[in-house]
Amino acid sequence: MAEMNLIQAVNDALRVEMRRDPRVVVLGEDVGRFGGVFQVTVGLREEFGADRCIDTPLAESGIVGAAIGMALYGLRPVAEIQFGDYIYPAYDQIVNELAKIRYRSGGEYAAPVVIRTPIGGGIKGGHYHSQSPEALFTHIPGLTVVCPSNPIDAKGLLASAIRGEDPVIFMEPKRYYHKSRADVPEGEYTIPIGEAKVVRSGSQVTILTWSAMVHTALEAAQKGEAEGLDLEVVDLRTLVPFDEAAILASVKKTGRVVIVHEAPRTSGFGAELAATIAEKAILHLEAPILRVTGFDTPFPYTLEHEYLPDADRILDAVGRVLSF
Amino acid sequence: MKLEVTRVIDDEGRVLHPEREPALSSDELRRLYRTMLLVRILDERMLRLRMQGRMGFYLTSLGEEATHIGAAHALRDADWIYPAYREIGAALFRGYPLGTFMCQLFGNSEDPVKGRQMPVHHSVKRLNFVSVSSPVGSHIPHAVGTAWAAKLQKTQDVALAFFGEGASSTPIFHVSANFAALYKVPAILLCRNNGWAISVPSSGQTATPTFAQKAIAYGMPGVLVDGNDILAMIHVVREAAARGRRGEGPTLIEARTYRRGAHSSSDDPSKYRDPAEPKEWERRDPIDRFLKYGQARGVFDAEFVAHTRQEINREIGEALIYAESRPPKPPLHSLFEDVYAEIPRHLREQAAGLEAEIARHGEKVPPRG
Ligand SMILES: Cc1ncc(C[n+]2csc(CCOP(=O)(O)OP(=O)(O)O)c2C)c(N)n1
Ligand SMILES: [Mg+2]
Repeated sequence: MAEMNLIQAVNDALRVEMRRDPRVVVLGEDVGRFGGVFQVTVGLREEFGADRCIDTPLAESGIVGAAIGMALYGLRPVAEIQFGDYIYPAYDQIVNELAKIRYRSGGEYAAPVVIRTPIGGGIKGGHYHSQSPEALFTHIPGLTVVCPSNPIDAKGLLASAIRGEDPVIFMEPKRYYHKSRADVPEGEYTIPIGEAKVVRSGSQVTILTWSAMVHTALEAAQKGEAEGLDLEVVDLRTLVPFDEAAILASVKKTGRVVIVHEAPRTSGFGAELAATIAEKAILHLEAPILRVTGFDTPFPYTLEHEYLPDADRILDAVGRVLSF
Repeated sequence: MKLEVTRVIDDEGRVLHPEREPALSSDELRRLYRTMLLVRILDERMLRLRMQGRMGFYLTSLGEEATHIGAAHALRDADWIYPAYREIGAALFRGYPLGTFMCQLFGNSEDPVKGRQMPVHHSVKRLNFVSVSSPVGSHIPHAVGTAWAAKLQKTQDVALAFFGEGASSTPIFHVSANFAALYKVPAILLCRNNGWAISVPSSGQTATPTFAQKAIAYGMPGVLVDGNDILAMIHVVREAAARGRRGEGPTLIEARTYRRGAHSSSDDPSKYRDPAEPKEWERRDPIDRFLKYGQARGVFDAEFVAHTRQEINREIGEALIYAESRPPKPPLHSLFEDVYAEIPRHLREQAAGLEAEIARHGEKVPPRG
């Protein structure tokens, strides 16, 4: 075990996987000489050379498109998109090419590309350095979508993503890059994709969440405890495929659900979870399923803490499902 | 393929090409000098504010002042400017007030963009200086579309897009160049080649020795110019604008300059670049060169220079006091405005929810650390 923040944990996963498998290459803007604008790829060029840690021109569609071609030829590319907000120029390559190549070739070809990108607000980044676009990828058959909240999960899930046979969108909560620290297993370490984790067990209300909001939900649960509340927090970790069994087990236990995500409400991934719970566990519910989310506006600069869901907003929703 | 770098003055401000030297009045020369110096001093002061934590982010154009201020001078006020994020001098040249500029940096109650964008993402419609978008290259096709519309409506306006050499790698740059040339629109695509895109040197963007030569493939003139020579900038942008107004289509200009500062206040160039390189470019400082030129012409005497500096410092000081004493946040409700022309039902509900929440729990305070 070694204490690491999220940046160090992702760096460690990349390093360990690059040592293990010479097919793994990292590419993106500023990832080589500089080690990435968040310093996630620091030292990789020194250890593995400029051919395996590649500074690309400024073109996200080129990064993803070339990664697809590399993967088809047998490499294991890990592409970095500098901010989740800049993934859209590559959206066509991701949606129409990366996600569909296995299916459209009748299973002949596969492109196991991992796309890493930092997401979320709380860093005074305004609307082009703060978005949470995960739902846009959950809607695309063929993509696996992973959203870790902490260093241990980030390391273990990234290693699994790199070893897997399918493309993975791997979204890192930049607000917790430095703040989230943990003892992370050293060396080779994987966590299976598709498993949620109960990060706080409780009996009264289930809070379903992922990424940065896990920390906010835990803060709410702690604050709630002081008021005599007993809240369960489930970190989904993987959105597609999400861990339906774990979610339903928690819902059946508490009978009350609050879903928390930072992304805007309309067509957010919370809607998918609410629909699934309604389909499969409606008779276990004691109250309507509530969502606490970002607003349906672009992410603001000055008013970002008005925008971001916080413990108060979560506890208000908890109060409503409890008093229903 | 070799293109000549268009210059008018040398590094010492001596005229190399009198035939290209724009005929400028003493007042125009003073205004150009003043705007460059304003940007230089403003950048220093604002960066310091950022370091003191009084503001969230800043980004300078240190060493690149001549490129965009010269271009702005060469245009008419009715011409549209689509800036990237390093050309604030173009707006200041057109009269953007310093107080408003600073309110945008603070994102406060008098920020014209209502605290929605990061600092340096200005929008000044009245000066035809279009809202800055962070995604690199995204605005280049908009300049093409605007120029196209001007052509269709026969207004004689041109549209100019500023962008970095990094932006020339984006697909949308190439699409824009193709559209512009195909429809012969009066657009000027002005690539500021400042040597770096964050940590990637310009040699990491393209295999061609110049960016200007890409114009040939699209079917338009490509011009290489010394971006630290404000007179050369005025010369080439005037020619490009005139070509556009004559119906002869777009021009791609590569202005050679150098980013002497960090990419932004969040960047640390010591991690990727030899500090001798920016030092070397100090010798080619665009303001010093122009000062020498103006002195030789007898327009910039010592008193003018000292007085200008003093006046700029006073104006910045006053603007800062003004901006820092405005209420720090835009109104809560503004969060929900301008998403659509009218606020729809679901956003009205979300606004009411937030107002009730704040009434219940009090003002939001950013978490510490
Ligand atoms: C589409 C997109 N990708 C990445 C970024 C992050 N980014 C911001 S500025 C920049 C470099 C831009 O370099 P250049 O175009 O040369 O302009 P300069 O900063 O040198 O003025 C990058 C990679 C972005 N803003 N937009
Ligand atoms: Mg540049």
